[in-house]
Amino acid sequence: MRPFAYERATDAAAAVALAGGAEGARYLAGGTNLVDLMKLEVETPELLVDVRDLGMDAIEPGEGGGLRVGAGVTNSALAADRAVRERYPMLAQALLAGASGQLRNVATVGGNLLQRTRCAYFQDVTKPCNKRRPGSGCPAREGEHRNLAVLGHSQACVATHPSDMAVALAAIGATVRVVGPRGERTIPIPGLHRLPGDEPERDTVLEPGELIVAVELPALPMAGRPAYRKVRDRASYAFAVVSVAVAVELEDGAVRDCRIALGGLAHVPWRAERAEAALRGAVPGEDAFGAAADAELAAAEPLRDNAFKVPLTRNVLVSTLAEVCA
Amino acid sequence: MTAPVLPRSVGTPLARVDAREKVMGQARYAYEHHAEGMAYCHPVQATIASGEVQDVDASEALACEGVLAVIWAENAPALGDAGDDELALFQSRSVAYRGQIVGAVVAESLEIARDAAGLVRVAYDERPHDVMLRAEHPELYAPEKVNPSFPNETGRGDPDGAIAAAAVSVDETFTTPAFHNNPMEPHATVAVWEHGGLTLYDSTQGASGVASTIAKLFELEPAQVRVISPHVGGGFGSKGLPRPSVVLAAIAARVVERAVKVATTRQQMFAYTGYRTPTIQRLRLAADAEGRLQAISHEASEQTSRLKEYAEQTAICSRWMYAAPNRRTAHRLVALDVPTPSWLRAPGECPGMYALESAMDELAVAAGVDPIELRIANEPEVHPENGSRFSSRNLVACLRQGAERFGWERRGEPGGRRDGRWLHGMGVAASTYPAYQMPSQAAVRIRHDGGYVVRIAAADIGTGARTALTQIAADALEVPLEQVVVRIGDSGFPRASVAGGSSGTASWGTAIVLACRALREQLAEHGGEVPADGLEATAGTAEFLKSREQLARYAFGAQFADVRVDASSGEVRVSRMLGVFAAGRIINPRTARSQLIGGMTMGISMALHEESVMDAAYGDFVNKDLAQYHIAACADIEQIDAHWIDETDDELNPMGSKGIGEIGIVGTAAAVANAVFNATGRRVRDLPIRLDRVLAS
Repeated sequence: MRPFAYERATDAAAAVALAGGAEGARYLAGGTNLVDLMKLEVETPELLVDVRDLGMDAIEPGEGGGLRVGAGVTNSALAADRAVRERYPMLAQALLAGASGQLRNVATVGGNLLQRTRCAYFQDVTKPCNKRRPGSGCPAREGEHRNLAVLGHSQACVATHPSDMAVALAAIGATVRVVGPRGERTIPIPGLHRLPGDEPERDTVLEPGELIVAVELPALPMAGRPAYRKVRDRASYAFAVVSVAVAVELEDGAVRDCRIALGGLAHVPWRAERAEAALRGAVPGEDAFGAAADAELAAAEPLRDNAFKVPLTRNVLVSTLAEVCA
Repeated sequence: MTAPVLPRSVGTPLARVDAREKVMGQARYAYEHHAEGMAYCHPVQATIASGEVQDVDASEALACEGVLAVIWAENAPALGDAGDDELALFQSRSVAYRGQIVGAVVAESLEIARDAAGLVRVAYDERPHDVMLRAEHPELYAPEKVNPSFPNETGRGDPDGAIAAAAVSVDETFTTPAFHNNPMEPHATVAVWEHGGLTLYDSTQGASGVASTIAKLFELEPAQVRVISPHVGGGFGSKGLPRPSVVLAAIAARVVERAVKVATTRQQMFAYTGYRTPTIQRLRLAADAEGRLQAISHEASEQTSRLKEYAEQTAICSRWMYAAPNRRTAHRLVALDVPTPSWLRAPGECPGMYALESAMDELAVAAGVDPIELRIANEPEVHPENGSRFSSRNLVACLRQGAERFGWERRGEPGGRRDGRWLHGMGVAASTYPAYQMPSQAAVRIRHDGGYVVRIAAADIGTGARTALTQIAADALEVPLEQVVVRIGDSGFPRASVAGGSSGTASWGTAIVLACRALREQLAEHGGEVPADGLEATAGTAEFLKSREQLARYAFGAQFADVRVDASSGEVRVSRMLGVFAAGRIINPRTARSQLIGGMTMGISMALHEESVMDAAYGDFVNKDLAQYHIAACADIEQIDAHWIDETDDELNPMGSKGIGEIGIVGTAAAVANAVFNATGRRVRDLPIRLDRVLAS
């Protein structure tokens, strides 16, 4: 492990000032991903700014009947929160589908959003990776990519975003509050994470030094039914092969509105707007669900060994929609 | 045959004698030993899969504060020949696989050593590499022997003709991927050159074997090397032989003339601590209309490295499982630019029985016979190849008892049971493992106060061996447990065989019984009076083993799986697993149960999760940590249970015991795969049974 400096901040402004917009500075909260990456020397920060003492650990009523979740709230605390369980059960489900109890007890909401891809090449510093070393190449495209992207990837990068929570937040339409060297701003999810394009080293639109301080959840009555389904290679402690977050509002036997987000398929938590558009106004049923899935997955560009994700996603989306609409 | 030991403590569920020490954190593992002036060593690993080290630029690493030495082929001490090129560290510049140790940094701290290892610049002459095993590989050859010394090929009659003429036949290819052992404690060594010799605190399954090999490498007398390993955090075969890490520690300690620690990282365990070869197995079975086997043909293709020939004995299980007049087993091997494969829990039987027992299930379907009845119909009277009598063989009892306990009669037709998204199915497979016993020696001493101390260079790798041996010693001495202490894990003690081949308890236990009996005779000669300085007796088992009749000695078992498969995603979960075993006398039911369900858990893991993925372009295993190399998590093991039948076998050893360390993993994967077929009507013949394979089949 490389030597690094460590500072502990007491409020958000101080944290931002300490980090100072430097490329070599990283905020440290739960550290469940960052510290692992430091051990692997994937991350070699010069400065860690500890943001665990910023008082960002509250879950409070938000504007318009929503919730405001401090970025330092742990995954466990958020999943256990009564308001979350009652009003956004898919979020609680998504959180509990991720990692392990021990990890969720220390991992934070802000850190969960900013975790890095688990692509094997990104984590192995002896091999090229455009995300880790821009311009060095992407061995995953021809190598091991069974669990990498089928949507929105580029020649430069086929990585997936690993978070379950972010998929639920994308369906809910949450926003993040950010404080940075140039002040505060609000960024929607989706919108925080970016597709790799030719700059795969940038996972998100955050600028150096910007710090997530809160996640705001809008009121969304149709999110009141639990509908996060995660498909994985073992029963727990595995990243999604594919996951779906679904909310549907029915009126007079038809879909009035819906939200669909997909995980494990792209560099971002994937809001399935084409599927949503196809489903709105439709009479719920296998045909409509299949058509919605097809509308979204028409854009899929699977790689040699992950083509199974396309029919798998279709199956899982159709069966989850059927359960939610039953 | 030596008289049996009258069981008193043997057969009781004694809690581990070292449980308190372990729970309190007082049991010291290899890395936790300290010496004066400790230094730390971290290896530099090859980043090519084939070629030569052209040059090493150590200047940047040597410039780091705290770096004591950078070692590589040009400046390393010359070693003797131990007959294992994997251990000939720095003796040539040649690179045989990616991740091989080509250099090392020794420093004042682990952190400095590791950081500086990253600063060592290695220039290579790289050659193209070949790392992928395939059935049609042109360099596949027939090795003379398979692990450890079985003939490669056996045959009888005309299997091809019988298969061509058969009423019912199966001809399928099954594959298993590379698997890594991944014990919880990675390989670690503390090396100290002292008293004119070398002391190694090492995480090993066999202190005596490590001492002999290291003595050869460093051209020392065997007595000059002492290997100490009181506690070992698992091995599963990967610590059965010395690995490059222990040689590295000894070299580094010699170079810097200080005590040196080496800790292997999880990632490094995917390079140089062994793994199970991938296998490609063609199974051909032929039967008459009633399901009586007419032919069994089992052919396995597998890999080894360029450094060492390791030929897994994958097909040998088909030599004794079932009766058939026409039979063939054969192995083909190819040397690739890959890490050296080695032992992993039940080498041979584990992958081989997956294929054989899957094929038997296919034959049952083809013949329209219940798979349990099919197996019973093909029970051999004697060893089907050599005609030897079985010392005991209770496969049928395991199948019958297991079927009753499991509720086998509730099994339906393939694809027949559905509950919402979930398809349910049951499967069965047989298990087997040879009852090996290897020569060992033990010493036992009685002190004047009446306390007994047994010494033997055995290993407890988490199995409970120390506890079982204490029970055996107490019964052999006919004294209460409290009077007996068993000391193991030290090559300074009488020489013992490796904790491998499920042979430990039988091999070491016999030596202890013989030593205890010798001591009792001595004591009787002293009129039962213990002299002031005590009495000691030693004994070995070589003569005893030679005197035994040549018999077929095997343990058997039957495993049952109840699985559910998500029809929309292909996800497989094991709802229930039962194993029933016939393994001679069970010395300690508590630790035995742990061994058996541990093996079964590992078998479920093999069936559904484990897979080391070879990177064709780079030549290493890609998924080299436990986030990427999936083993069964707690949530994957729902209901699991193991039972055994009371098997009496007086032709084994004084305890009447067979080994139980490995049989639990044998057959499990087939039981799960067969249950997946019963649930879905789909046959996945490539492990692991991933959801994408279920959907595609």
